[in-house]
Amino acid sequence: MDVDCEVSAAAAAAVTNGLGGGEQAAAAPVSADQLDVEAYAAQYSGRTRVARLLFIAERCGVEAIQLEALRMAHDEARAREDTVLYLDAVLKINSRLGPRYRHDQAWVDSVNRRAEQRKEKLETELNGYRTNLIKESIRMGYNDIGDFFYAHGHLSEAFKSYIRTRDYCTTSKHIVQMCMHVILVSIELGQFAHVTNYVSKAEQTPDTLDAVIVAKLRAAAGLANLETKKYKLAARKFLETGPELGSNYSEVIAPQDVAVYGALCALASFDRSELKSKVIDNINFRNFLELVPEVRELVNDFYASRYGSCLEHLEKLKPNLLLDIHLREHLGTLYNDIRHKAIIQYTLPFISVDLNTMASAFKSSVSMLEKELAALITENKIQARIDSHNKILYARHADQRNATFQRALQTGNEFERDIKAMLLRANLIKHDFNQKNWPGQRKMNL
Amino acid sequence: SRPVSSPPTRRKAASRTAPDQTPESEPSSKGKAPSAAAAAAMESVEALVAHIQGLSGSADELAQLHGLLKQADGDALRAHSAGLLPFLSHLHPGAHSLGYLYLLDSFVSSSANLRAHAGGDLLVTVADFLTSCSADQIRMAPDKFLNVCRVLKNEVMQLNAPIRGIAPLRAAVRKIQTSSEQLTPLHAEYLMLCLLAKQYKAGLSVLEDDIFEVDQPKDLFLYCYYGAMIYIGLKKFRKALELLHNAVTAPMSSLNAITVEAYKKYVLVSLIQSGQVPSFPKYTSSTAQRNLKNHTQIYVDLSTCYGTGSYSDLETFIQSNAEAFQTDNNFGLVKQVLSSMYKRNIQRLTQTYLTLSLEDIASSVQLNTPKEAEMHVLRMIEDGEIHATINQKDGMVSFNEDPEQYKSSEMVEHIDSSIQRLMALSKKLTSIDQNISCDHAFLMKVSSSDLQMYFSFLPLCCPLLFSNKCE
Repeated sequence: MDVDCEVSAAAAAAVTNGLGGGEQAAAAPVSADQLDVEAYAAQYSGRTRVARLLFIAERCGVEAIQLEALRMAHDEARAREDTVLYLDAVLKINSRLGPRYRHDQAWVDSVNRRAEQRKEKLETELNGYRTNLIKESIRMGYNDIGDFFYAHGHLSEAFKSYIRTRDYCTTSKHIVQMCMHVILVSIELGQFAHVTNYVSKAEQTPDTLDAVIVAKLRAAAGLANLETKKYKLAARKFLETGPELGSNYSEVIAPQDVAVYGALCALASFDRSELKSKVIDNINFRNFLELVPEVRELVNDFYASRYGSCLEHLEKLKPNLLLDIHLREHLGTLYNDIRHKAIIQYTLPFISVDLNTMASAFKSSVSMLEKELAALITENKIQARIDSHNKILYARHADQRNATFQRALQTGNEFERDIKAMLLRANLIKHDFNQKNWPGQRKMNL
Repeated sequence: SRPVSSPPTRRKAASRTAPDQTPESEPSSKGKAPSAAAAAAMESVEALVAHIQGLSGSADELAQLHGLLKQADGDALRAHSAGLLPFLSHLHPGAHSLGYLYLLDSFVSSSANLRAHAGGDLLVTVADFLTSCSADQIRMAPDKFLNVCRVLKNEVMQLNAPIRGIAPLRAAVRKIQTSSEQLTPLHAEYLMLCLLAKQYKAGLSVLEDDIFEVDQPKDLFLYCYYGAMIYIGLKKFRKALELLHNAVTAPMSSLNAITVEAYKKYVLVSLIQSGQVPSFPKYTSSTAQRNLKNHTQIYVDLSTCYGTGSYSDLETFIQSNAEAFQTDNNFGLVKQVLSSMYKRNIQRLTQTYLTLSLEDIASSVQLNTPKEAEMHVLRMIEDGEIHATINQKDGMVSFNEDPEQYKSSEMVEHIDSSIQRLMALSKKLTSIDQNISCDHAFLMKVSSSDLQMYFSFLPLCCPLLFSNKCE
């Protein structure tokens, strides 16, 4: 992205320098300093809280926040007795936080021992159930083992266990429960194909589902689409998520996230009419947008063509969004798309546009803007031509009559060429066919 | 026509020879007295000559003569082919073409004869024959005719004077073709001579006819390849591309060297003409699709390098592979590909800008100075590749729209003639289609349900055919 907003560029650089450690740009007022790690973490529960904290610690450039995040991650992991995450946190802390946060092998060993014992107990129980062939107990047995593995961070084993319950599900409620478990683990594992799969499985159950569950499924589907770069579908799913979601799905996603993801994907991929009908006039989604007023502002700005302020809001949000575990990789593309859309919409109503005015509206320099416009014109997204001498953009309406003549003549030429080639080929094949059928016949041979 | 006489004696034969030839010249050129068998053979030849003279009138007579000639062909003529040359002067190439052909063919089939008469009048004799022979007669013995032509070609190549073969071979091509749409083996030979003699315009007269009938696929490949080279020499890249396309997409069960070379040129000409190499259409034979690229790897790499749009990268690539291109004799074409990259980049600019400074042109097209940019733009304007005006005072170039308004009378004529041409082509297509659908083999292969489908889809696939019918 080549927006000339100096401040945010430096902030972005500071943040993306994540693993660099101590040397951050001093002038970064609008940066991750504003991120309140505790409040952020409070939105989430379960394993994802720790994972997100670790992610923030890894990517954030500011040491204070790093350490804060790591500290919280460590405490959380310890409380959950999740040794995998605990070891990860301790490694990253690297003895920077004092004696309490050092690698405590004794604790790890005792946890592992207890875990082993519990695992054996569960497995014997399960075997017992299996010999008894009681479906319900077997199902619950597998579920318990799955939960156990999940709690201790062994995600692929958890995944396998949950999948196994499938054969023992009797009611649609069981199926939905299984799907939810699998979805949760798949999201953590990053296997979003499974997520989409199991969301559709869950939605296909004959019983009507609880509204909360429906909302959860939509949010999960949206997340899967986002991660697989299908931004338009992701936007649709997020926008369809009902407000019943609330904080019920905090082990995966917070309602603020739904708002942010949904709004950004919508801005990047919807056209104006869709934007109005599905986002701005969407009453359900309004509840989500209220949670993040900045995003609501920027959507409204975009629709009202106040592109300068819209892009400013985006820049302000950027450093914090870069710390989001799901959004980070896609932020660049989304921002680019939004910016391009803004430029295209800006030029749409005019016959001619003065590049200087436009540059100030978009807060960029004329030469950079010219380059962006040239790229968009080459991709055929804007029908216009640039008068580089006077720095004006002229809309170009193709002369339909001439274009039609040209196309007609060209089609005629192509037709002629193709038909002649085809007749020739047909003749060759016929000759080949003749030769195969009457091998005795010889034509002009040299 | 003269009456057939009884078996003539030696003296009678002598009395009928041309005044400048004495009876002694024949045996003395052999250096020894003719044996009895030879004498008998000569007598039969004379009889043959007399037959030729007598029976070259109507079609019935020609058929009879043909039978006689076929009988005589073989020992009678070949064994004593050396002595045949003088007999040719008894015959008129135009009126007695068939007989002349047999004698001539016998004569030139022996390389000893050729060596003996190398550089002499033989060439002239053959050339005269080719230009003045009667098309109907020689079509009765096409193999022999082709043989004679090939000998002519070999002779002119040996003499390093390909240009001498052009006129006779052009006449020969016209004579042996049963229709202007037919491809003969002579086409390729003729085009090759034109290439060697650098007489490209001469090649055009043969290339302008569209070919629809091909007897031997091998002829087609050479024809397409040489024809394309002629068009490339004349810088008519679009037509060259058509021929190369035919060579590459022709049905074939195994790859041949001509197609490989044709594909190499195809890649280069495509890059010059349109900046990219189209992928194989689905009617290309699977042999070609699978194997062509393996044999022409550096050309494929060249086209990928071209696609990046960077002049310097392309230049480095070409330099590092210069030797390979040289061995293929494609280096000239490759250099044209390189210069076409500037053109393409400048043309892209015309789509985006109304006016642009020469400096910006130079920097975006990767030229070194605005002066060079000016030169390139100027050349392109002169060649009609872009429409623009250069303002030297400001150092600006304004790109204009294509001034063609499609209103002039030339344009109307052009459109009209195109329409006529296409309608004729469409009628041809209909008639061929009708022929195929009446063909016994086709009907046998197609089951009845497929037939119903075929006929119901026909109006959808060929709207042009049916609109013609409705006219």
